[in-house]
This record gives sequence, C-alpha cells and structure tokens, in this order.
Amino acid sequence: MKSGTYIKQVNRPLQFYAVLFLIVLYVPVLFLPLFSFNDSIYVKFPLKGFTFQWYIELLDREPVWAALMNSIKVGVTTSVIATGFGVFAAKAITRYSLPGRGPVVGFIMLPLVVPGIIFGVALLVLLSQLGIRLSLYTVTAGHIIVCLPFAIATMIPRFEGFDKSVEEASADLGENAWWTFWRITFPMVFPGILASLLLTFTVSFDEFIMAFFLSGSDATLPMYIWGQLRFPQAFPSILAMASIILAISFILVFLGQWINRDAHSNTFESK
Amino acid sequence: MTQDNAFISFRNVNKFFGKYQAIDDVSLDISHGEFFSLLGSSGCGKTTLLRMLAGFEAVSSGEIYIDGQPMSGVPPHHRPVNMVFQNYAIFPHLNVRDNIAYGLRKQKLSRAKRNDMVDDMLELIKLPEYGDHKATQLSGGQRQRIALARALILKPKVLLLDEPLGALDKQLREQMQLELRALQKTVGITFVFVTHDQEEALTLSDRIAVMSEGRYLQVDTPTGLYENPVSREVASFIGTMNFFDGTVTSIKDGNAVIKVDGLGEVSAPVGTMPLMAGNTVTVAIRPEKFLLTDDKPDGLQYSVKGQLNNAAYLGERSHYYVSIEGVSQPTAVSTQNRGRTKEIEAQNRPVWLSWDSAAIVVLKDV
Ligand SMILES: Nc1ncnc2c1ncn2[C@@H]1O[C@H](COP(=O)(O)OP(=O)(O)O)[C@@H](O)[C@H]1O
Ligand SMILES: [Mg+2]
Repeated sequence: MKSGTYIKQVNRPLQFYAVLFLIVLYVPVLFLPLFSFNDSIYVKFPLKGFTFQWYIELLDREPVWAALMNSIKVGVTTSVIATGFGVFAAKAITRYSLPGRGPVVGFIMLPLVVPGIIFGVALLVLLSQLGIRLSLYTVTAGHIIVCLPFAIATMIPRFEGFDKSVEEASADLGENAWWTFWRITFPMVFPGILASLLLTFTVSFDEFIMAFFLSGSDATLPMYIWGQLRFPQAFPSILAMASIILAISFILVFLGQWINRDAHSNTFESK
Repeated sequence: MTQDNAFISFRNVNKFFGKYQAIDDVSLDISHGEFFSLLGSSGCGKTTLLRMLAGFEAVSSGEIYIDGQPMSGVPPHHRPVNMVFQNYAIFPHLNVRDNIAYGLRKQKLSRAKRNDMVDDMLELIKLPEYGDHKATQLSGGQRQRIALARALILKPKVLLLDEPLGALDKQLREQMQLELRALQKTVGITFVFVTHDQEEALTLSDRIAVMSEGRYLQVDTPTGLYENPVSREVASFIGTMNFFDGTVTSIKDGNAVIKVDGLGEVSAPVGTMPLMAGNTVTVAIRPEKFLLTDDKPDGLQYSVKGQLNNAAYLGERSHYYVSIEGVSQPTAVSTQNRGRTKEIEAQNRPVWLSWDSAAIVVLKDV
C-alpha cells in the first residue's frame, strides 16, 4: 500500500542509500565490541570463543581507574563551564540585536572547523610562554574551547524556540532580570542545558588531541589507551574499554537528543 | 502642565526606531478609573505607546508620568502598571494557579492567603475548575483570562491591554467585551486598551484616541468621535460617512451658510471654526441621518432628489446607495427596519433624501 501524498511516497533509492550510509558508518565501529569478547589476543578472523576475560582484566588495572577518574573530573568540569558559558552566549546571540552578530557567531563556532592539532599547538605555545605547568587543568581549558560550540549550538534552538514576551511578562509582573532568569528562562531552557551537559561531557570524555598536547603526568582515558597500544597483550582489554566508552557515549548523546527533542516547539500555538 | 486629575500623562513623547519615527510628539492625559482606548490601523504605533508606558521601550524624548511620577529610567518591574500581552505570554512551564500567582512572590504571603487570592481570581475569570490544568492545554479565550487574572491579582493602578481580544472568534470576542467592561467597573482601575477594531473601541471605552502614523487625530468620547469628528480621516475611520464639497457663502453667530455641490444651499453650526466666506469646506452627513422616501416629505429642512442605485437588507437595518446629480460618489443611506418590513422594491427608481441642519458636520477642507 502506498501512502497518499507525493512527499510521503516511499523512495527506494533513498532508503538504500540510508542503509548503506549507516553500514559504512557503524560496521567498523562494531568490530570493537565483537573482538572484545573474542578469546584471543590477536584481532583476526576466525573468532575463537566467547569470553569476559578482557573486561575482568580491565577491572584489575589500577591505572585504568586512575585515567577514568581523570577523564570524569575533566569531563564534568568542562561540561559545566562550557554549558554555563553556552547558556549566556546563546541568550546574548538570540536576544539582543548585536552589531556584527554573524561574525561573532562564526568566531565562536571556529573550533568546530579548525583542526584540533592547531588549537592544541597554539595553546601549548601560549601556556609555555606564560610558564603554566601542564596538568589536568590545562586539558580542561582546552576541552572547554572544543566544547563551547557544541554547547552554544545546543542552546540556540532552545532560546529561539521561546517568545521573548514571556520574559517581558515576568518583568511586568514585578521580577527583575535575575529572578526572571531563574523563574522563567532557566526552567524553559533546562532541557537544553541537560542536553548540552551530556553532549559536552561526551565530547570531552572522548577527546584525544587536546589532551595529547596539554596533559602533564596525569593521563585521561583516551591518553591511557594511546599509551597502551604499544603492548600487544593489552590490546584486547583496550578493545573492551573502547566498547564500554562507545556504549556510554551513545547512550549519553541519545539521551541528550531525547531530552531536547521539543526545542523548537516550546511556545504553543493558539488552538 | 498636566491636568489636575490626570493619572497618566504623555508629555511631548517621541519614539524613534533608528531613523523611523514611530511616535510623533504625543501629549495625552488619561484620568483615574478611565477606560481609555488607543484606536488605529496596524502599524500606527499603538503597541509602541503601550510598551513605553509599561517600560519595555524607552521614550526617545518627552516624558511619561504615572500618578504624578516621571517614568524615565524606571524599569518595568518597578512601574505600577501591568500588561496583558497581545499573544498573552502565558508561562508554558507553569500550571494555571502558578501563572496567576506569579507576581505574588515578593509579597511574602502565607500559603493559605495566597491560595485564597488565586481562588478569588479563578472565580473572577470564571475558571474555578482549571487551577491545576497546564496552561498550554487551554483555549485562546481561557489563556486571555489567565493573562488578565495574573495582572489583576497584583492590584495594579493601570492595566494595559494590547489587542487582547484580537485572536478570538467573533462570538467569544463580544462576550469578552462585555465581561471586560463589567470587570473594569468592578475593580475600578484605569484601563488603557489597544485595538484596531472601531466597534470594539466604541463599545468599551470612556474615551478613545484615534491614531494614525504615530500621532493621534482626535481624543474624545465614543459619541463625540461619531457625532463630531474633527477631520475626514477620523470621520471615515469611525463608521461610514458621506462627504460633500462645499463653499462658505456667509457666516453668522456660529452658523455658516454653505453652498454644497449637489445638495444646494444649507445652513449648519460650525462652532468656533475659523471660517470665512469663500472658504472651501467638506460637509459630512452620516447615512442614518438621512430620511429616504418615495415622495418629497414635509417637515425636514432640506431635501434633494436622487436615483436609488443599490440596496441591501441587513436584518435590523437596510443600506441604500443613492446617486445625486452633481455628487461623484453614491450617497450611503441607512434605515432602521422598524415594524414589519416589506421586500425592497425595484431599484433604479427616483427617491427623495431629506435631512436637517443638525445632521450636518462641517470639516475644514484639507
Ligand atoms: N523594535 C522595533 N524596531 C523597529 N521598528 C519597530 C519596532 N517596534 C515597532 N516598530 C515599527 O513602529 C511602527 C509602529 O509599530 P506598532 O506600535 O507595533 O504598531 P501597532 O501596534 O499600532 O500595529 C511600525 O511601523 C513598526 O514596524
Ligand atoms: Mg500592535
């Protein structure tokens, strides 16, 4: 049975393309979990047997836990700060008619397109000039720069989705800017804030290049993985860890998208 | 020089958006407890004037006084006015009760007292059952009432309403008009009401400012605007008006004798209008001030013969269009259908139009 309208007709080539696209995108990634359950230290077909050994081995490694904690610390700090900035930047961008708004937005979004290695090197040069020692703090600083565009891009539709007369109504009913923000703006953009926290945490958690340039003696999880790649016997455990990270990243990003799904329909139409 | 009893005063208020002048030197006085309307077509600056009163826009020059206090630099949350927004601006994340109670936070009331006040408001707006509903689930008319309650619960000195009934359908709008008017009488606060609907303005208002292009053309009571418009623009904006060209032949004791194209010589009151013999003027007569008859009637001062072009039966009244020799536009005539009205007879027949001098409004030609 075909559905009625032209637009809604089933488009075979397009469906085929979509499926192909997903395969190319995700099949390589799916090799990670596949081999992480394989009972062999060599990554090659045919598969041997099923095992949880590599996951169990992971639990016993002290440095893995240390790296995980580092990544979580950096990720939480980064996501809170980047989202905090993102909220006010998005409010400024959408609420006030700034002169030269276009270039300003472009500038903020720059880290999305400038290769991370360039930002990494630039920050490294800056930090050494200033005589600041590399540490988890410097990694966090780098991550905030990387995550800010994601935070802003998540928040802007939230702000665009609600009518500014609602904030005016709050002022009209006697609340100053501070209370208006907490009683009106914040609850209305709150799903966007959650989504931004989840997304920026994920980006920070997975980030390698900045961490590579900017970390001192404490490694984040991706740095730790990189360091372990030299040891073949450790590789299956790395696969296990990568699988876990993959699963958690997926969940966080999907959760964020789901929470923020009604970004544009925040104001209601009249009946 | 504000009037003694003026509660709100605009003094030479101008407003520019960039180079565009939205408000052009407006001076207005609104008294305490008055239902005052700003009437004008879309884009004439009604919302801008209201937003300046509420404090959302700064005046470019001039001053606004509320209760004797200059308002420059006073932010919206410190002004003794509350507004009902054009789109209601209901808080979508709060339920009806919390919407209505929104402005009470600072008053530090007990929970019980606050609930009582909200209950009273829900009663007043006739939505007592709806307190726990999500505001997003309500109809346009219901949201409009919540916006009203949310403002009224704060007992403002002035309530500003920006086309609050514009989004409602005709029947609901007429019902809400009656309720608004009754409400204003009950609570006794000053209403400044914006509308582009002249019938709505006439129904509700104590006084109306007719606006055009950032200025007001006339401020008067509904009767005053309808019976004594000061210009062609006002006369044609409020109701229907027939215009005739004329020339003053003589003036005596506030009465002018005017030679009117197509109607002949008439005498009409002109008050203190600065007129001299030889001035060209516009003579205006409302459609319902004419008497339409088949034969020339006795008793009325003036009569002219014309040809009936067109007629429409509208229930309580009928409209006729009569062409008069020497008058370019057909003249509109409206009659009340009292008693049992017969079908309108054949058109294109000769008829007589009659009126007397009290029906005539003389406007200085522009
Ligand atoms: N913030 C603004 N910036 C620029 N122009 C504006 C702004 N607000 C209103 N205007 C202009 O001022 C004029 C009057 O607007 P408004 O007061 O909203 O009219 P009304 O409410 O009578 O329809 C319009 O031409 C409108 O385009
Ligand atoms: Mg308007």
